[in-house]
Amino acid sequence: MTDLTKLTAAETARLIRDGEVSAVDVAQAHFDRIAKVDDRIHAFLHLDTEGALGAARRVDEKRAAGEELGPLAGVPLALKDVLAMKDVPTTCGSKILEGWRPPYDATVVQRLRDADLVILGKTNMDEFAMGSSTENSAYGPTRNPWDTDRIPGGSGGGSAASVAAYQAPLAIGTDTGGSIRQPAAVTGTVGVKPTYGGVSRYGLVAFSSSLDQVGPCARTVLDAALLHSVIAGHDPFDSTSIDQPVPPVVEAARAADVRGLRVGVVKELGGEGFQPGVEQRFNEAVALLTELGAEVVEVSCPHFVYGLPAYYLIAPSECSSNLARFDAMRYGLRVGDDGIRSAEEVMSLTREAGFGAEVKRRIMIGAYALSSGYYEAYYGQAQKVRTLITRDFARAFEQVDVLVSPTTPTTAFRIGERVDDPLAMYKADLCTIPSNLAGNASASFPCGLSPDDGLPVGLHVMAPVMADDRLYRVGAALEAASVQRWGHPLLEEAPEL
Amino acid sequence: MPAISRDEVAHLARLARIDLSDDELNHLAPQLDVILQSVAQVSEVAAQDIPPTSHPLPLTNVFRQDEIRPCLSAEEALAGAPIVDGAQAVEDERFRVPRILGEEA
Amino acid sequence: MSTPAATVPDLLDYDEVLERFDPVLGLEVHVELNTLTKMFCGCPTEFGAPPNSQVCPICLGMPGSLPVVNGKAVESAIRIGLALGCDIAEWCRFARKNYFYPDMPKNFQISQYDEPIAISGEVELEVEGQTFKIGIERAHMEEDTGKSTHVGVTGRIHGAEYSIVDYNRAGIPLIEIVTKPIEGTGALAPQVARAYVAHLRDLMRALDVSDVRMEQGSLRCDANVSLRPLGETAYGLRTETKNVNSLRSVERAVRYEMCRQGALLAAGGKVMQETRHWHEDTGITTPGRSKEQAEDYRYFPEPDLVPVAPSRKWVEELGTTLPEPPAQHRKRLFEAWGFTEMEFRDVIGAGALLLVEATVAAGATPAAARKWWLGELARRAKETEVELDALSITPAQVAEIQALVDAGKINDKLAREVFDGVLAGEGSPEEVVAARGLAVVSDDSALGAAVDRAIEANPDVAEKIRGGKVAAAGALIGAVMKEMRGQADAGRVRELILERLGAE
Ligand SMILES: [Mg+2]
Ligand SMILES: [Zn+2]
Repeated sequence: MTDLTKLTAAETARLIRDGEVSAVDVAQAHFDRIAKVDDRIHAFLHLDTEGALGAARRVDEKRAAGEELGPLAGVPLALKDVLAMKDVPTTCGSKILEGWRPPYDATVVQRLRDADLVILGKTNMDEFAMGSSTENSAYGPTRNPWDTDRIPGGSGGGSAASVAAYQAPLAIGTDTGGSIRQPAAVTGTVGVKPTYGGVSRYGLVAFSSSLDQVGPCARTVLDAALLHSVIAGHDPFDSTSIDQPVPPVVEAARAADVRGLRVGVVKELGGEGFQPGVEQRFNEAVALLTELGAEVVEVSCPHFVYGLPAYYLIAPSECSSNLARFDAMRYGLRVGDDGIRSAEEVMSLTREAGFGAEVKRRIMIGAYALSSGYYEAYYGQAQKVRTLITRDFARAFEQVDVLVSPTTPTTAFRIGERVDDPLAMYKADLCTIPSNLAGNASASFPCGLSPDDGLPVGLHVMAPVMADDRLYRVGAALEAASVQRWGHPLLEEAPEL
Repeated sequence: MPAISRDEVAHLARLARIDLSDDELNHLAPQLDVILQSVAQVSEVAAQDIPPTSHPLPLTNVFRQDEIRPCLSAEEALAGAPIVDGAQAVEDERFRVPRILGEEA
Repeated sequence: MSTPAATVPDLLDYDEVLERFDPVLGLEVHVELNTLTKMFCGCPTEFGAPPNSQVCPICLGMPGSLPVVNGKAVESAIRIGLALGCDIAEWCRFARKNYFYPDMPKNFQISQYDEPIAISGEVELEVEGQTFKIGIERAHMEEDTGKSTHVGVTGRIHGAEYSIVDYNRAGIPLIEIVTKPIEGTGALAPQVARAYVAHLRDLMRALDVSDVRMEQGSLRCDANVSLRPLGETAYGLRTETKNVNSLRSVERAVRYEMCRQGALLAAGGKVMQETRHWHEDTGITTPGRSKEQAEDYRYFPEPDLVPVAPSRKWVEELGTTLPEPPAQHRKRLFEAWGFTEMEFRDVIGAGALLLVEATVAAGATPAAARKWWLGELARRAKETEVELDALSITPAQVAEIQALVDAGKINDKLAREVFDGVLAGEGSPEEVVAARGLAVVSDDSALGAAVDRAIEANPDVAEKIRGGKVAAAGALIGAVMKEMRGQADAGRVRELILERLGAE
């Protein structure tokens, strides 16, 4: 009998539609898989067994009643714990929100429900999405299914790991500086950061409002595209949402055609600091695209190198304000309320106890960068860098249709390796950050295993604002060629759990 | 010269309402210093005539109609109130909070 | 922080203050808009709802929620800006003002900082025959906070054991209107401050953008006051007195601060730059936060909202919806009502212009409307220490009472009792007349019997009248009215007496 957890989302949905399997059986198979492997992976913070089986049952009932089912109806999905889901614990990987059950659904969650996806539970993450390794979760780290001594990337390590470990065919991630793409790269999965404003942020617990974006995580490019088209589109509850049709991502994934596509290799995203095996696989992927008919040129984006420092001013500044609401007054943790201490003292004690080290670090940097006397030198300058990076992109996209680079400078590092060296940790997002600053679409696709350590490498593709479909063209073409070359999807190289 | 002193870190902690321990202050001050020195390189590039970008997309005038939408019930609104001594900090359909010092701005 | 009781500073005599110093004012007025919904969410704004019943994830600042601007609030802001003679920004943004306070769900207020929607306006006021031009620095949009109730021994913020918070008010749209420094008012500073706030109130009402009920907090004033020695040009250090929430308080608080600061400066001391709190009950201000304790608000552009760039076409269209400018409005009413200049000025001084106008519109004559509002009702407002327009009687009801008088159903004396009833919430004037049995006796047989009894009891007076001394009728009228407990039309009684005694 087929292992239901090994199917793609598209296949699973087809089998359910055709009545060959029930959605309940599919959901149960995934819960069984989670029960089998998650003590080693720790991708999930919370399982909504009852809610998921209820949703699956409704899909089966709909089918039985002859109702038409959507393209992902009945497909299980893992939701990053940074999205509000009504009556289901939502912690953002933080102690300060332990026990909080939102009284409302995020728009993305609403759309997933409307499309009859089956939400299995909430996935682990760096606290409030601040990190590149998922080691900053207050509930313990998630492990990389390729090597459980290594990080699965972050902040969405739980979502990427759940997909890589066949605990769910699909997951939702969020990407502020690379938190979808970097985990995808190091777990050998597909991760897409849509254009800023392409997917509603309503119900996404904000880390850095002007950078955050929700996106799909999957094992195949088509699955990611199908999920993308479910969650994307204008939302009147998000003022920064784009009121335009969703780019034709599914068509692009099906076309898998890069003939005539102009591809620019970003000169500044490579060389020093990049693992040789990563560069090797990246170069091979570029060569493959040339073989498939793409026109490859080198492009310079001189200000990309300033993306990292600009990001580490803008994101902390916004987070210092966004996270001010966690004050022990209306929800979440309250520490030290003995009837004598003042509200101010209780707030300070709660925030001290409820936030982890990285969150505190960033709140403090942000408070500093915004404080009077420093605003211009830090926040103001960082916003100017943002303009320069946006101009770099604009100039580059005059010459080429997409830009490419490795997704990450290195493959998955070891758990604990960079915990006490914030700057080293921050470098993991070097290549992914420029797209967050400029708001354009980008994605990571598997492009082989690094010969030096046998771990997955990601190809990073960047497309202009609202040209998300181009990502899928490149990703799908690369995927098809890779499968042809290796004889099977990359993930099958991963060790059995 | 350090970008930030221990005293400044302590001041920021008060501003951010985080009751940092001495150990944390000792640990955090040099870390923040390194980070701030490193990110200060943003000032190398941006000349005065570059306009800052606060929003990644050039949208303007996104407005909502002045139409009433369903609210939460008081019960739903208060349901998440923090727990103090085993009970929710709610009184008289209001959130109960510790005594408030100071004043509104 | 010192307690109110511990600080009773010396006050300098008001005239002495003016002999040595020149007051400089700055007024910040917050106006709650009367939009149906809040600034950034669809919750209703109605006053007086049960606690936390008009809240949602957005105005509770719940994790993940996002604001969306109420277009109607922007429209009101632009109309207010135009009515204040301001320039409307072609492009402006919201900003976050960051500080922690339990009333404020996100611990930042969405406000506007260096890019307000309206700048550089001017309003003209008349106070005691003098014209004052008040420069408007800016008007900007922001959101209100929730409301905490301090529970504890004193009921005040200090010494409270805990607080309970209702967020119904959190997120209600506010327009903050800030003046430029107001100079050259001299002794009239307190009255100018009051007149300015009254002017804003009338303007907001005419624009129909706010309920402007000061007692409900929908119009609130912070008063900045400083003194500088006569002849100097540099401003003195100022205080900002918060929560001055009635017209009377505006005047009192400014005057109090002038006398308090005058005493400090006269004694060679210094004014602390600080916020202060106005205490309506004791009529004093007490210190709040000092300049050193001032928060660093860490303003930055609100990333969850996109800029507001009102098209010139929209602004022009809104310009056509403005009410008549106040000066023109006053001129028109003056000509229509036929009051003397003194009478008209009294109406304005009493803050009764719009009330009289509405009462006239409801059918009363200008003279009658003026008589009630400046007489009977002004007296009652003063007794209960509320503003005229806070009395629980409407102009339409005043007109109705006057109509009852005109129809002879009640007389002026009974009308006062009807006012009592209406103000006490006993219902409409008709209902009060019915319930209290106040109608005058118009039954001639009952009146006639009373007249006969009065003539019988006072033969001397009757004789005088018969003899042509008609003026003596007053005594008989008085007797009849007494017997009828005032519920008779004195004119009719007089007619009956003269008829019976064959006089005239
Ligand atoms: Mg304000
Ligand atoms: Zn609301």
